[in-house]
Amino acid sequence: MQATPFGTTVREFRDRSRPRYVRIDVLLLLAVVGLTVCSLYAIGTATEDDRPGSPNYFLYRQALYAAVGMTLMLLIARFDYTRLREWKAGLYALLIASILAVFALGSVSLGARRAIELPFFEIQTSELGKVLLILSLSAVLVDRVRRIGDRETTSRAMLLVLVPAMLVIAQPDLGSGLVYISIGLVTLFVAGTKLSHFAVLAALAAMAMTIVLVLAPAADVELLKPYQMDRLTSFIDPSEDQEGDGYQQQQSQVAIGAGGKTGRGDDATQTKLDFLPEHHTDFVFSVVGEEFGFMGAAIVLSLFALLIWRTLRILTMSKDLFGTLIAAGVLAMLMHQIFINVGMAIGIMPITGVTLPLMSYGGSSVLVTFIALGLLQSVHAQARETAFAKGPGLVT
Amino acid sequence: MYLDSRDQRPALTPQLAVRVAVLGGIALLFFAVIFFRLWFLQVLSGDTYRAEANDNRVRSIKVAAPRGEIVDREGRVLVENRVGIAVKVSPKQLPESRAERREVYRRLGRVLDRKPRQIERRVERQLVEIPYSSATVKQDVSPDVLAYLLEHAEDFPGVEPERVYLREYPAGEAGAHLFGYTGEVSQEELESDEYSDVALGDRVGKGGIEEQYDRFLRGKNGATRVQVDAMGVLRGQPLRSWQPEQGRQLRLSLDSDVQEAGQASLAGRRGAFVAMNVDNGEVLALGSGPSFDPNIFSRPVSQSTLDRLSSEDAGTPLFNRAIQGGYPTGSTFKPITAVAALDGGLISPEEVVVDNGYVTIGDQEFENAGRVPHGAVALRQALSVSSDVYFYLLGKEADAFGNGNLIQSWARRMGLGRPTGIDLPGEAAGIVPTREWRNALHEQDPDVRQWSVGDNVNTSIGQGDLLASPLQMAVAYATLANGGKVVRPRLGLRIEDSSGRPLQELAGSVARRVKIDPGYRQAILDGLRAAASEPGGTSTPVFEGFPIAVAGKTGTAETTSGIDQSWYVALAPYPNPRYVIAATIEGGGFGAEAAAPAVRQILGSVFEVDESSGEIPAGTAQD
Repeated sequence: MQATPFGTTVREFRDRSRPRYVRIDVLLLLAVVGLTVCSLYAIGTATEDDRPGSPNYFLYRQALYAAVGMTLMLLIARFDYTRLREWKAGLYALLIASILAVFALGSVSLGARRAIELPFFEIQTSELGKVLLILSLSAVLVDRVRRIGDRETTSRAMLLVLVPAMLVIAQPDLGSGLVYISIGLVTLFVAGTKLSHFAVLAALAAMAMTIVLVLAPAADVELLKPYQMDRLTSFIDPSEDQEGDGYQQQQSQVAIGAGGKTGRGDDATQTKLDFLPEHHTDFVFSVVGEEFGFMGAAIVLSLFALLIWRTLRILTMSKDLFGTLIAAGVLAMLMHQIFINVGMAIGIMPITGVTLPLMSYGGSSVLVTFIALGLLQSVHAQARETAFAKGPGLVT
Repeated sequence: MYLDSRDQRPALTPQLAVRVAVLGGIALLFFAVIFFRLWFLQVLSGDTYRAEANDNRVRSIKVAAPRGEIVDREGRVLVENRVGIAVKVSPKQLPESRAERREVYRRLGRVLDRKPRQIERRVERQLVEIPYSSATVKQDVSPDVLAYLLEHAEDFPGVEPERVYLREYPAGEAGAHLFGYTGEVSQEELESDEYSDVALGDRVGKGGIEEQYDRFLRGKNGATRVQVDAMGVLRGQPLRSWQPEQGRQLRLSLDSDVQEAGQASLAGRRGAFVAMNVDNGEVLALGSGPSFDPNIFSRPVSQSTLDRLSSEDAGTPLFNRAIQGGYPTGSTFKPITAVAALDGGLISPEEVVVDNGYVTIGDQEFENAGRVPHGAVALRQALSVSSDVYFYLLGKEADAFGNGNLIQSWARRMGLGRPTGIDLPGEAAGIVPTREWRNALHEQDPDVRQWSVGDNVNTSIGQGDLLASPLQMAVAYATLANGGKVVRPRLGLRIEDSSGRPLQELAGSVARRVKIDPGYRQAILDGLRAAASEPGGTSTPVFEGFPIAVAGKTGTAETTSGIDQSWYVALAPYPNPRYVIAATIEGGGFGAEAAAPAVRQILGSVFEVDESSGEIPAGTAQD
C-alpha cells in the first residue's frame, strides 16, 4: 500500500466492519457539531445585552440557521454530486444572475448593497455565490482536464472567477470577492495548472494592486471605496487610526489579549459592553478569545484544524476529479475565511469583512457553509460507496 | 493501487500529492502563526491587555469633598459651605470646528448672561494654564439655569454643570482679611509636595487661613467607579464608591464679638487692630479697614472688582494693614526706647529730666507736640504725659552708646523689623532703621543722606524711618507685659472633627525670650498705667469710667502724607495684663483722638463691659 499524505490510508478491518449507511465522514461531522456548539455559546453570551428585552434573540436565530443548515448538509450528503456537473452552465448563470439581482433589488445595509430581502430572510447572494462558483468552476475544469496545461484553460478559468469576483467587489463586498479569487486559484492549483501560469497570475495581480492602490488614487480615480482602502492599509498600525477600522482591530486585540490563559467569562467587558462592535458577526473569534482565553481559542482552532484536515483527506480520496476539485474549492473557501477572519481579529490581517465559517452569526454564511460541507460529505460518501463496490482493499 | 482509466477517479498523481501537501503545509503554517500570535497576546501580554480593557470600561467620577468649616474660639461659625452649581466647559468635548464651538459659546452666553467672547477667553485661558482641565465659566447658577442646561444637553456639548461647595462667610466684613478664599489648584501648587494628594481641578485655599491650614481644611474627594459601555453610557451598578470626607474643622483663637467690635471701632476708616493674649499669642481679633465682603470670592471675581478692591482711592480694602501695613509708630514706640535705655544703663527709672518743650541736638531742634513744656519728668511721668524731650535725649545718648544700636537691637529683640511668624501668609517685616542700614543705602545712592544722630533721636519716639505693623507693636508690648516672652501670634487653635471633637492642638510657641529686669518692666507698666488713669495722662479721659484697669500708650505718627496717624496700644488688666490691644487709624489725628477710643471699644468687648450707657469719650491729648 502506497503511503499517501494526511492519513488517507484507513486500516481495512475498520472499513469492513462499518455499516453501509454510515458513509459520511464522522470526524468532519464532529468538527462541524463542535464548532456549531462553540458558535451558539459565544453568540449567546456575547449578545445578551444587545437587544434589550430579548436576550436570546441572536442565539435562537443562529440555532435555527444551524439546525436548517445541518439538515441541508445531511440531505446533500446523500445526493450524488456528480450530477451537478451537467448543470454547470445553469449554476454559473444563477451565480451571475443572483449577484446582479442584488444591484437591482438589494437592500442597502451600512452603505453596502449585499443582500436580497425575502419575507423572512435576507439572502446574501455573494455567500451563495461561493458554492455556485465552486461547482461550476470544478465542472469546467473537469471538462478541460486533458488541456489543463494550456494557457487558454487557465485564462478561461480565471475569467470565470474574476467576473463574479469583480461584481461582488463592486457591491461592495471586497471580502467575498477575495474568497472567490482564492477558490479559483486553489482549484486551478489542485487541478494541475502549471506553476508558470501562477507566476504570470501573480505578476498580473501585482500590477492590478499597483493600479488600484497607487496609480488610481494618484490619478483621482476611485476603484476601491475609501473605507476599503483604509481597511487594507490600517492594519499595518491599528493604533494610528483609532476612529475607524483601526479602532475595531485594536479593540479586538485588547479583547483577545484580556482573555489571558483561561478567559474572563462574564467579565468579558470588551465584547459585552460594546467596545468591540460586530462582536457576534465578523469578530466572534474575539468573543471566544476574551471569554474563554487561550484555552477556548485553542479549542476552536483545533476544531478548525480538524475541519481542514478532513477536507484535505476527502480531497484526496474522491472517486473522481470533479469531487477532488469541489473539495479543493471548499478547502479554499474555508482556509481563506478562517485565516483572514482570525488573522483580522488578532491583528495580523487587514479587515476585509469575511465571516468565520460556522462561528459567525448570519443565516447566509451559516447555510452556505453547511451546503459546502454537505457537498464534501457527498464526495466522501460517493468515494466510500465506490470503495465498497470495488471490494475490500481499495480504500484510498 | 492505481485505478484503471475507465473509472473517472483520477490517480493520486505525485503532482497532486505534492500540491495537496503544499496546501496542507500552508494550513499548518497559518495555524502555527495564529497560535504563536495568540500565545503572545493572551499568555505573554494578557495582563497589559486586561488593564487596557479595564481602562476602557471604568470611569472614575469625582465627588468633591466639602472643606472643613472654620469656627471661632466659642465654636461660632466663621466660614461654612454652601452647595452651588458651577457651569464648566470641558474643552475636550467641545465640537471640533471653531464655528460650532462659537455657536455653543453663543447659546451658553445667552443662558448664563455672559458675553460669548468672555466664555471663549475663559476656556482658552484655562487651556493655557492647565491643559485638559475644564474651565469654570460660571459659579453658582440658579436651579432654573441648571434645569435648562440639563434638558437641552445635546445643544451644549462639552458643557458640564457640576455640584460644587462654595464658601460662605456669615460674619461678612468682620475677619474678611483673615480667611483668604478658595480657588482651583494651580499648576505650581500641584507640583509641590504639600499638594501631593490634590488632583487637577480641586479647589484649595488661596491666601489667609484657607491657605495656611489647607492641608487640614481640604477634605478627601470621594469617587464613584462606574462601568460604562462603548458609548459612555453607565452600565450596571457602580463598581465601588468612596464617600467624600469633609475636611477638618478649624477652631481659631478669634473671638467673633471682639472681632466685630474691632471692625466696628474702625468705623470704615483706614486702619487696623489687633487683640492678643500676651502670654500665648492667641489672637482674639485682627482686622483691617476698609474691609470687604469675602462672599464675593465664592464666585469667580471680575478683574474690575479686583481692581476696585486694590485701588488706593477705595483704601485698598484687600490690604491687611494689621500684618502687612508698615507705619511709623509714633510715641507707642517709647516703651521700647525705655526698656533699651534702662537696660543699657543710660538712665534709671527715678532720674529726672527737665523738659522745656524742645531740645537742640546737633544743629537740629526737636520739639514736643505743640512745643508743650512738661517740666521736670522722670520715666513714669514721661510716659504718662508722653514727653518727647525725655526720649529725644535718650535717643541722643543711645546713639553714642556702644555701637549706637541700643534702641534698634531692643526693638528687634521685641519683634520689630521681622515677621512675627503669625499663621497668616504675606506678613511684612517692617523696618528698624540703623546706622548701617542707612549708610548702606547711601553707598548705593549718594542722594540718600547718611545716618546722623537725628535719625536715632527720631527713632526713639517711633518716627523717622521706623516702620512697624500693629501686630508687631502688639507683640512688643506683650513681651513687656509677660516679662520677656516674645510670643508668636497665632489664629489657629486646634483641629477638630466636624462635630467639634478636638483632634490636634495647634500649640502656640514662644519665638524667643528676652531678659527684661522685672523692676524696669514694672516701672514702664506703671508709666503706661498712669498715662491711662492719672490726671494729665494722654489717654486718661478716654478710659474714664472704664471698669477695667488699663495701661496704654498713645501715639501720633507724622506720616509722609502730612496727616497724623493715630496709634494706641493697651495692656489690660493692670497690673497683670492678659491682653494687648493695638490699634492704628490712618489720618486719625492724635492717638487719644481716634485710636484710643477704638481700643476702649475693643477692650469693652474683650472684658464684656456693658458700654451701652454712653459714648466713648475721645481724648484730646496731643500725642
